[in-house]
Amino acid sequence: MLTTNFLGKSFTNPIVVASGILGVTGASLNNAIKNGCGGVTVKSISKEPRTGHPNPTMNGYEHFFINAVGLSNPGIDKAIEELKKFKELSDVPLLGSIFAGTPEEFGEMAERICEAPIDFLEIDISCPNVSKEFGDPFAYSISAVEKITKAVKEKSTVPISIKLSPNAWNIDTIAKAAEASGADAITAVNTVSGMMIDVRARRPILHNKQGGVSGPALFPIALKCVYDIYKSVKIPIIGTGGITTGEDALAMIMAGATLLGVGSAVYFRGADAFKKITDEMEVIMKEEGIKNLDEIRGSAHL
Amino acid sequence: MNFLKISKIEQENPFVKTFYFNFNLGSKPGQFVMLWIPGIDQKPFSISSDDGQTFGLTIFKRGPLTNKLFEMNIGDRVGISGPYGTAFTVDQNLHYIMVAGGYGAAPLSLLAQRTNGAKIDFLAGGRTKDNLLFEEKLSKIPNLILHLATDDGSRGHKGYVTDLIPSIISADSCQKLVVTCGPELMQKKVLDICNEYNVDCEVSIERYMKCGVGICGQCVVDDLGICMCKEGPVVNRELANKIFEFGKYHRDKSGAVVSF
Repeated sequence: MLTTNFLGKSFTNPIVVASGILGVTGASLNNAIKNGCGGVTVKSISKEPRTGHPNPTMNGYEHFFINAVGLSNPGIDKAIEELKKFKELSDVPLLGSIFAGTPEEFGEMAERICEAPIDFLEIDISCPNVSKEFGDPFAYSISAVEKITKAVKEKSTVPISIKLSPNAWNIDTIAKAAEASGADAITAVNTVSGMMIDVRARRPILHNKQGGVSGPALFPIALKCVYDIYKSVKIPIIGTGGITTGEDALAMIMAGATLLGVGSAVYFRGADAFKKITDEMEVIMKEEGIKNLDEIRGSAHL
Repeated sequence: MNFLKISKIEQENPFVKTFYFNFNLGSKPGQFVMLWIPGIDQKPFSISSDDGQTFGLTIFKRGPLTNKLFEMNIGDRVGISGPYGTAFTVDQNLHYIMVAGGYGAAPLSLLAQRTNGAKIDFLAGGRTKDNLLFEEKLSKIPNLILHLATDDGSRGHKGYVTDLIPSIISADSCQKLVVTCGPELMQKKVLDICNEYNVDCEVSIERYMKCGVGICGQCVVDDLGICMCKEGPVVNRELANKIFEFGKYHRDKSGAVVSF
């Protein structure tokens, strides 16, 4: 009922762990599979190890989650070992994820991470939490997106998906530019830029001051982005952002998504959030007489 | 998150202070809180006392956050969130063997307070006598026998605290629970002894934590892939035996493997 074909690969269900959630280790990603997801995306990897920002790096609230981890990861060499380990533990589709400071370095990183047994490669050009460390986020600039997409496409041996930012006002145009430059898919969206202030401490809670907002509050924003992108490109979309229930998941598919990234739902609904979401999807599909997801993909576009 | 005033500070030994807060935390022994000093950092700390009105955090000075905390005074405020994580079993009918290494005595001290009435053998070890904690407080708990060990013999048994376990396990046939907190190699030794003697055991496993709520994946253990902030820090013998990396390695702030 939930089987999904994405770029020629079959997923038992469309839910994939969104990048950044549950970290980098092979064992952790494998545990997410046990908890019901159809695929996993690794936390974004850089060339060198990064320790990220000091804590607080994340905090949960009733309707949203905010984080500024600062792209901590053990670096590409060690990450390749973890990804190999994941594939020893599980044969479900694995999405790699990389970030870098220049288009050339993105190309170099794409070549390196393809040494690992990944099935797809997500390109993180939209992290809101590293300030000006890499200049303005690439996801706001059409020319940067074009250069990075071309550089990665040239080196990658697996299909690539460009991860975009909901802060870009012209996300559909940017998606189109990525498609024209060789992207095989679009991941929409990353977290939206935000902040929280502790009233008693009289200062921002996150050490990095600003962070990325995810969870239910992000959902309607992500849904609109996916809806707009679906109108402007022909390549498949990994709809990500605040999906917490089966109802959210089906709405995202009706907006046009093929796969569904799920992350902060783990905070709101527990480690088995993936299973809860797919169970709810099936209940609604039975009630509504929906036999498969292809039947409703993009159905909200009248 | 609560922004709480420090209500009392006690110097436990040359490296360790206990900070008290007048707040009903509602914690169970073995759980932890996240302590935030704005602009510095936020880290997990186990709870060493909690009587429903006041709780205490017994803290070893070792980095930027604790250096700053050690400069703070009564009335200064810090951010506290939690309690988080799993707890030790509290059952007055058990014979407890509590094995503490250094500042690992903190959560076990709270457990000893909560298991009031149970028979307790409390084994505290440290490098020297200056590393031992709570000797006076623990001595006041009824039915608690305190056993001390130091590497240099400056107090109690000269050698490892784990040397003392087998004879206590073998002394009688009461139903026993061995609980341990301290350096991981010591805890691994405790686990091995409990496996050898087939005695129930609970271990407090420390891993680098960021979120404390099971989402960031920083504290997951191989090969189970479960978060120690949610499914730990306290795990039973069966689960501890399944954690492949226990006693072998952990991961640093970037997620890179570091051997013990």
